[in-house]
Amino acid sequence: MHREQLKDHFSEKRLFTRRAIFSLIVILILLALLVSRLVVLQILDHKHYSTLSNDNRVKVVPVGPSRGLIYDRNGIVLAENLAAYRLEIIPEQVKDMDVLLKQLHTLISIREQDLKQFKKLLKYRRSFDNIPLRFRLNDIEVAKISSIQHRLPGVHIAASLNRHYPLGETFAHVIGYVGRKDVKDLKVLDPTNYISTSHIGKQGIEKQYETELHGYVGNRRVETNAQGRLIRVLEQTPSQSGQDVHLTIDAPLQAIAKQALGKHNGSIVAIDPRNGEILSIISNPGFDPNLFVNGIAYKDYEALRKNNSQPLYNRSLLGRYPPGSTIKPFMGLAGLKYGITNVHHEVFCPGYFIIPFGENRKFRDWKKTGHGSVNLNDSITESCDVFFYELALNLSIDRINPFLKTFGFGSKTGIDMPSESSGLLPSRAWKRKYRKQPWFPGETLNTGIGQGFLLTTPLQLATATAIFANKGRPVKPHMVKQTALPENEITMDPLLAQVQNHHWNYLIKSMKHVVHSPKGTARRIANNKFNVAGKTGTAQVFGIKQEEEYEEEKISFKNRDHALFIAFAPIKNPRIAVAVIAENGGSGGAVAAPIASKIINHYMAENPL
Amino acid sequence: MKSSSHTRLDSPEYRVPIFQQWVQQLHLDFPLLVGLFVLSLTGLFILYSATGEDIASVQKQSTRFAFGFIVMLLLAQLNPQTLRRWSPPLFIIGIILLTLVIFVGVEVKGAQRWLDLYIFRFQPSELMKLVAPMALAWYLADAALPPRPLRLIVSLILLTIPVVLIAVEPDLGTSLLILSAGIFVLFLGGLRWRFIGGAGILLAICAWPIWQYVLRDYQKSRVLTFLNPENDPLGSGYHIIQSKIAIGSGGLFGKGWLNGTQSQLDFLPERHTDFIFAVFSEEFGMMGAIMLLLLYLFLITRGLYIASQAQDTFSRLLGGSISLTFLVYIFVNIGMVSGLLPVVGVPLPLISYGGTSIVTLLAGFGILMSIHTHRKMLSP
Repeated sequence: MHREQLKDHFSEKRLFTRRAIFSLIVILILLALLVSRLVVLQILDHKHYSTLSNDNRVKVVPVGPSRGLIYDRNGIVLAENLAAYRLEIIPEQVKDMDVLLKQLHTLISIREQDLKQFKKLLKYRRSFDNIPLRFRLNDIEVAKISSIQHRLPGVHIAASLNRHYPLGETFAHVIGYVGRKDVKDLKVLDPTNYISTSHIGKQGIEKQYETELHGYVGNRRVETNAQGRLIRVLEQTPSQSGQDVHLTIDAPLQAIAKQALGKHNGSIVAIDPRNGEILSIISNPGFDPNLFVNGIAYKDYEALRKNNSQPLYNRSLLGRYPPGSTIKPFMGLAGLKYGITNVHHEVFCPGYFIIPFGENRKFRDWKKTGHGSVNLNDSITESCDVFFYELALNLSIDRINPFLKTFGFGSKTGIDMPSESSGLLPSRAWKRKYRKQPWFPGETLNTGIGQGFLLTTPLQLATATAIFANKGRPVKPHMVKQTALPENEITMDPLLAQVQNHHWNYLIKSMKHVVHSPKGTARRIANNKFNVAGKTGTAQVFGIKQEEEYEEEKISFKNRDHALFIAFAPIKNPRIAVAVIAENGGSGGAVAAPIASKIINHYMAENPL
Repeated sequence: MKSSSHTRLDSPEYRVPIFQQWVQQLHLDFPLLVGLFVLSLTGLFILYSATGEDIASVQKQSTRFAFGFIVMLLLAQLNPQTLRRWSPPLFIIGIILLTLVIFVGVEVKGAQRWLDLYIFRFQPSELMKLVAPMALAWYLADAALPPRPLRLIVSLILLTIPVVLIAVEPDLGTSLLILSAGIFVLFLGGLRWRFIGGAGILLAICAWPIWQYVLRDYQKSRVLTFLNPENDPLGSGYHIIQSKIAIGSGGLFGKGWLNGTQSQLDFLPERHTDFIFAVFSEEFGMMGAIMLLLLYLFLITRGLYIASQAQDTFSRLLGGSISLTFLVYIFVNIGMVSGLLPVVGVPLPLISYGGTSIVTLLAGFGILMSIHTHRKMLSP
């Protein structure tokens, strides 16, 4: 072997030793560097990393509260939470998925789309996740699966609660419905409390009492691994279920009202005048609120939306109708109060009225031939328009407006529902502001018989009737049972306080004659068990020109008059006040009064003193 | 089996226990043997925890240890001079195998490192970890030291061939280990400081072209992630962030064996292989980690001592290189796991789960033992 240089073993060994010692020093420095790194991580930043480590493994899982139930005044359930069952599969517990699916197919029906959705989820979810295969299992299917579940590892039946409205359409506008929370809701809701809530109240009582019904979210602190698999529950705070809501509505009465209104579009509102409790409130037509709970199908929604009768529209609170002749008792009371008329004053009714010194325009009475000579009582009983034309003219809009206001016309009642209309109570100022026109005397005349600008919601009309029944004592309508206001906190409106008792009595008696006198426009509903005070109304939907005549047959259905009726009973210490509006019903006495009568009769029979 | 040192062991003054006699006769080094046993036992215990108490993995690892110790025992019997003679042909075989890997290798996880030998898979790069320093030590020991420039250049070329072949597999970790093993041979062989300084300057100049043209995207991303792991907390930064959390939350005394939440709850990826030190530090704390480092230090020091006591240059250079390379494993692995260095696939020696590195490492210690036990005892 060729050598470049002679090897000096001794010096080579010394050279090696020097280099080895140098290396050892470097080794010690490097190890010290590692130790110092450990000091930083494990001593100096220990707390920081400890926190991170705990955050890693501990997760807070929210537990949603169960929604409060809604009952009627008798304890009948109006909104409940029904268990819905779905079939779930945990893939990692399944030996052979294809075999299992085939096996399940023989037990329950599995649609192609269910299977497709399941296979899609199977790809994306983790193997220990519950993957739903079938929703809404019926009881038989649940029983079939449950009985052999021990032979189907990985198959689970999960229960969840679904909102259900057993009385459906009858309470659609009252209860409203819950729906999936959407982006808009997220802005309003408390994100923490609603973190695991899927449905919230969208309409009606469900919306109005959302906070009470919802309850409070609970949570479980769980230890999970990096894939999110639950290892164990460390501690938990149970959720607090929502409160139950007890309505003042009487479900049987509500059903009677719904039935009584039948095919008519319209509304019925019944109030207990003693405390303002809404006994029944119907808007017809209704809809099935259960359709909305899990997202309404497009087809169903279009059908509801395109329906000319507007079933989604809550007529009781939002519908604005001319009150027609039902305003007459209120006008009469104003006349007596202001001394414009008295119980002896008589007016001759030729079938029309012409404003003295005005343009030669005829204001027609509904009865072409006229009522002859009538006093206030006759004018209420027979519903003479001419008497009230004159009365209104003498009262003037400046006194009509504040007086009607005391009964709640033109302002919201403050009922515990998400929305209501304030109707319209016209005044000079209103007309100038919104119509840019002065007030004409003819408009006062129209107001005097409940036509023209004057518009009221069925709820307002019922409330006003209840106040009338109370002889001015205010009524605050409400849907949910509440402790009654102490007597001394109920203050009568100063204007109504000025009305003398015999004036009230006179008009209430006139209203009694509407039902109980042979000339009364609602005489057909008279009974011999108790007295009813009422007033019919027939509201024009569109104006008839001067020389034209109203002929029912010639007018298309949607332009036919609205039939109205207001009533309360019994006359002494009234317990129920009702307002009925049957759209395009024609005559108040023939159509609306019998509807109201059914409700009153039922209520009086079921609630004897 | 024949012992080469009858003189002292058989004398009546030295009443050595029978076990130690055995150890001597088997050409084993008692301190190294004890150190390696303690280390591998520690490794099995922490592996049990890191695999989520999977006894099967521990059994598999134990088998590897057994195989590794047998290889160590066999190599210890070889005279270093035999090893020296085998160095050139082994090196050539190694290069051929590495070239073969490129063409017929089996691809695992995006890297072509394996040769499928039907019975088992074999990683030629692991063989190269020992053969490369052997070849270099053989070449340098042939002439007087320190090496002259020509020899230095030839040595560097010899070293570059396996380093490049392995780097293109790509296996940056092994490539780095072989490079450092070769450089350690040169350094211990007395490479002049001016060359070392010059190489340092050259490397600094070449850094940019290497970054631009040599490193692959995943390697670049590892470096970038290392510089700022929070940039990509769910991607490549996730490893570093989670392992730092594991180590940091361990504190001074640790959470206790089997109680590390980071590792037990699967937050830590690769926790039984490259990141096992994080599990160790989480469960045994800083105290445990320092004990482990001291154990490693003991093995390295013993290795260097054996090398310095060697009777020929080849053994000295090889023994020294093996010992120092052991440190590279430790420093790169722990540095990576604790966020000091970028993520490079280097296992924690004799602790990380994985077959080939255990056998290679124990084979290295077998060579050290052979060096120590085959000295001709010259009476002073």
